[in-house]
Amino acid sequence: MTDFKTIRIDEVSVGDALAALDIEVTTALVVGGAIATRDYEPVHHNKAAAQAAGLPDVFMNILTSQALMTRFATDWSGPEASVRSIDLQLGAPNLPGMVMTVTGEITAVDSKTGIVDIAINGENNIWGMHMHGTVQLKLPGED
Amino acid sequence: MTPEEHQLFEQKIYAYVGREVFSSQPAPDRINEAMIRHWAEAMGDKNPAYQDAEWAEQSMRGRLIGPPAMMYCWNQEGITAATKRSSDALTDMCDLFDQHGYSGVLGTNVKQEYFKEAGMGDQVFVDMIIDTISEQKATARGIGYFFESLATFSDQHGEKIGTQRFRVLKFIPAEGANSTVSSDEEALETPTRIASPRGHDNGWWWEAADEGRMLIQRCTACQTLRHPPRPMCGECQSMDWDSIESTMQGEVLSFTEIHHPKVPGYPSPLICAVIKMDEGTNFVSNLRGCEARDASIGMRVSGVMEQVDDKTMLPQFYPATQEA
Repeated sequence: MTDFKTIRIDEVSVGDALAALDIEVTTALVVGGAIATRDYEPVHHNKAAAQAAGLPDVFMNILTSQALMTRFATDWSGPEASVRSIDLQLGAPNLPGMVMTVTGEITAVDSKTGIVDIAINGENNIWGMHMHGTVQLKLPGED
Repeated sequence: MTPEEHQLFEQKIYAYVGREVFSSQPAPDRINEAMIRHWAEAMGDKNPAYQDAEWAEQSMRGRLIGPPAMMYCWNQEGITAATKRSSDALTDMCDLFDQHGYSGVLGTNVKQEYFKEAGMGDQVFVDMIIDTISEQKATARGIGYFFESLATFSDQHGEKIGTQRFRVLKFIPAEGANSTVSSDEEALETPTRIASPRGHDNGWWWEAADEGRMLIQRCTACQTLRHPPRPMCGECQSMDWDSIESTMQGEVLSFTEIHHPKVPGYPSPLICAVIKMDEGTNFVSNLRGCEARDASIGMRVSGVMEQVDDKTMLPQFYPATQEA
């Protein structure tokens, strides 16, 4: 069993930045993510369908983006944090061949409740902003 | 559509507001380790709270939980959605949009709130309504309507796990909306800066830049310097000119930091400065090597020629390390 550390609320300040994460968008991630989230919309696994919709290739589904955003938050916090909410806005599609860089910053800390807000951005290197939004976590160690 | 037809269409569409899509619909699979493992593998999520039973046992929760982000996955329709989704208020409404030309579909926002961490063996039940439909709006994708579905998720004990608000744009795809994408290969070329505009009157300046020299044009009749390059002297109207090589030393006359929009191929944020060169001309360039808060008007700067992308050499200016 690996030892996992979870960040405590008193260790967090507004303005703290999370370490950036580069995610390579591959066909495997797009299709695998769609199927793992049980999303069989053809544009996420069928290139011809994606092209008929005006894009050059299959593109990432929203539930994968949402999963990656949550993962980015809990990778930082550690496993004892509970996810309270996610509020995500989508921008440009993520297509195979792109690299999405995810960054985050703490925007609110409530030491009474242990709740932190993390503003998270995912930008791909070709078309720019893919997703941005806020993940709210409850961390251990509240007053 | 004629105005009358459009009015009729809107009446039919808005009749869907408040309609129930799902009522206490049970997920076909209970929350289980196998489906979580596949999900976590695809997402690269190594959180032990979802998969490491031994860790979970001694954790504050004392048990494994399902990934909160999977809340909606348990109730997704599955492979039949690839051909024809089962009929419900939402698919019927989307069919109506499609029949009237609003065939484009784009998920724009999803907001989920979680009230309870569901665990292994829990069954997720979903209630969903069509909550709002906007007025017709002109968007970058085309003319369309935003609608929001509101879903509530509960477990087998009737306790609420969470809610989801999902916002979707149904739109008429604009003609040639994606004409920037002409082929697969081109579409994914990493963007670079706009190519330098080399014309009859300024090509010589860029060619010198390619060789690592920053030149300043000079009127041979009255010796006035000018930049950017142009055919005629603004002082004496002479069209005779030569050039001198800049020492690339100067001071900041004015600057601004550009945050939005981010332009693919350019750094962000980007400090743009008007630099008063020691030779006397003004020069617009980038200020590098410092943050905007550390820049100031009058600050001494020193330039170097740099390769800023595959095809472009440009003067870039840095805070001067020592006063000249």
